[in-house]
Amino acid sequence: MTKKPFSAHVDLDMFMPASEKDKEYMVQMRPSSTFFKDGVKRFVKNKVAFISFIIIIIITLSSILVPIFWPYSYETQLGVVPGRPVDSSYNNLSPFEYGSAEKARIEDGESVFPHVFGTDAAGRDYFIRVIYGTRVSLAVGFFASIIVLILGTIIGSVSGYFGGKVDLIIMRFVDIIYSLPDMLMVILLATVLKMTLAPIIEGTILSSIGSNIISLFIVFALLYWVSMARLIRGQILSLREQEYVLSSKATGAKGGWIIRKHLIPNCISVVIISAALQIPSAIFTESYLSFLGLGVNAPMPSLGSLAADALNGLSSYPYRLVIPALVISLIVLSLNLFGDGLRDAFDPKLNG
Amino acid sequence: MNSKTLIYVLKRVLLAIFTVWVVITVTFFVMHAIPGGPFVGEKATTPAVQAAMEAKYGLDKPVIQQYGTYLKDVVTRFDFGPSLKQRGRMVIDVITDGMKTSAKLGIIAAAVSAVCGIVLGAIAAIRRNKLIDRIVMVITTAFVSMPSFIMGTLLLALISVKLGLLPANGSTAAGLILPVITLALYPMAYITRLTRSSMLDVLGQDYIRTAKAKGVSGRRIIFGHALKNSLIPVLTYLGPMLAGIVTGSLVVEQIFAVPGIGRAFVSSITNRDYPMIMGTTIILAALIVIMNLVTDILYKVVDPRIKFE
Repeated sequence: MTKKPFSAHVDLDMFMPASEKDKEYMVQMRPSSTFFKDGVKRFVKNKVAFISFIIIIIITLSSILVPIFWPYSYETQLGVVPGRPVDSSYNNLSPFEYGSAEKARIEDGESVFPHVFGTDAAGRDYFIRVIYGTRVSLAVGFFASIIVLILGTIIGSVSGYFGGKVDLIIMRFVDIIYSLPDMLMVILLATVLKMTLAPIIEGTILSSIGSNIISLFIVFALLYWVSMARLIRGQILSLREQEYVLSSKATGAKGGWIIRKHLIPNCISVVIISAALQIPSAIFTESYLSFLGLGVNAPMPSLGSLAADALNGLSSYPYRLVIPALVISLIVLSLNLFGDGLRDAFDPKLNG
Repeated sequence: MNSKTLIYVLKRVLLAIFTVWVVITVTFFVMHAIPGGPFVGEKATTPAVQAAMEAKYGLDKPVIQQYGTYLKDVVTRFDFGPSLKQRGRMVIDVITDGMKTSAKLGIIAAAVSAVCGIVLGAIAAIRRNKLIDRIVMVITTAFVSMPSFIMGTLLLALISVKLGLLPANGSTAAGLILPVITLALYPMAYITRLTRSSMLDVLGQDYIRTAKAKGVSGRRIIFGHALKNSLIPVLTYLGPMLAGIVTGSLVVEQIFAVPGIGRAFVSSITNRDYPMIMGTTIILAALIVIMNLVTDILYKVVDPRIKFE
């Protein structure tokens, strides 16, 4: 039957059951992707961010694993053996040099683990000190940003959720803390806490962490939550008014569903990204304070205090400065690039 | 200036004054929370002498009364009391002495970083994705990730110690070159990135296309239209830049032995010169708050597109 172009006749062919070939056409060619999978795919494609991520993983793993098998510890002064005079041949060794007792053991045919970066002025293996310094810096950065994340999330969401007077008061408070010059306040608080905390925590578990690190955390908790709180408040305020939340409500969704399915997924990426970007700034602050002598307690090293100690022997042992300097810069740089990459990959609002 | 602008300026000034007051209060009470008075560490003092000294400095009065006196002295006479460790000198004299050197250092560093940053940023934006843009971006990314004390010590190790080109001691004029470079590199890198991105933004605007269509020369477009407008976001960085230079100068002056306010501050921390710590914190904080205030107001005045809240 030939079909006239303008006839109202129903074309019966269109109502035939679909053939296998037609069905194949309708099959999804690839499984549907989630937001997270998409983000990972975008992130892996971003070479700079991915390489930074690998560098961070390598640095973190080595700061955790190397001390397990490394034969020296960060606080042992190799020249100091109980019951014998101090052997100063261990102090200030150049890379791959050995102390006098070690030389004797090598001549006896024993193998002695090399001092890869030499030793410092007190005869401590420098390589393991750098590794420990990296561990301390990374840990401080990580935990400080977790503290900031938790405080900021709680205060920001309270402020955004309740609104009204609560919001007004919290936000004025945030404004004031925000306009304080942070570094000066950090130095002031670190100075004071360093002196007041030490007697308080004497004898508790906390004293093994060291009063300075704790005061560092307190300082972070007191000052740096404000930008996180602002961010989360803004997110919650704008998300609450979105059309898809309204339509979800209109189709009968309950509060819990809206929070789980809409608010958290839309908010979480921004929050995690800014927490990731908080880590390098915390490491920055820690190394700065350590450099001023307000950081970790000796003999515990941090990258900042290693650099500060190296200043004294600068003309003879410049590598002792260069090594921690490079490690700090590498960590901060790769964390920054990693954070930027995360933002590009996981913040869909930026793509448009 | 219309009334909206006036209200905005007034609000900002009030917030700034309030912030400075918060700084003074926090500094005062935090410093007084330290256990043991300032004279505890002194050798060879009998209790009678200690009591006499505390009476002389007014430390025997209740804290709240001390606070009132301190606030009054600071606000009305810029009097931060005497320095405890530098005998016979007032804190404000030590600060003004150090400020002369530090201000010189900071202003030169700010000028250098602004000029270099704007030029580099503009070049990078005009030659977008060319080799020079890539080089500028890589270098500035590296500088932004490098703490100023690392930069300073590396420069010291390389240029003064290894090559012997410039003196390591910052008390002479030639010795100020390295501290200036150290201080200027971070803000320079930041301004470069800021200028580049805002210039790219401006170059994509309709009025640039109109100018091009009318046959305006490339140079005129850049200097007459694009550069001027792309500098507005850079203005906002002035406040944070000053804060950065102030905190940076704390360590940089320490590294290069510059006799400025930063070094005085750091040494007052190590030898617990409480009035000195309080005075320096308050002065520097006030400086930063004022600079932020000026930046904020300037920003809104310069760009008529920005609305007042």
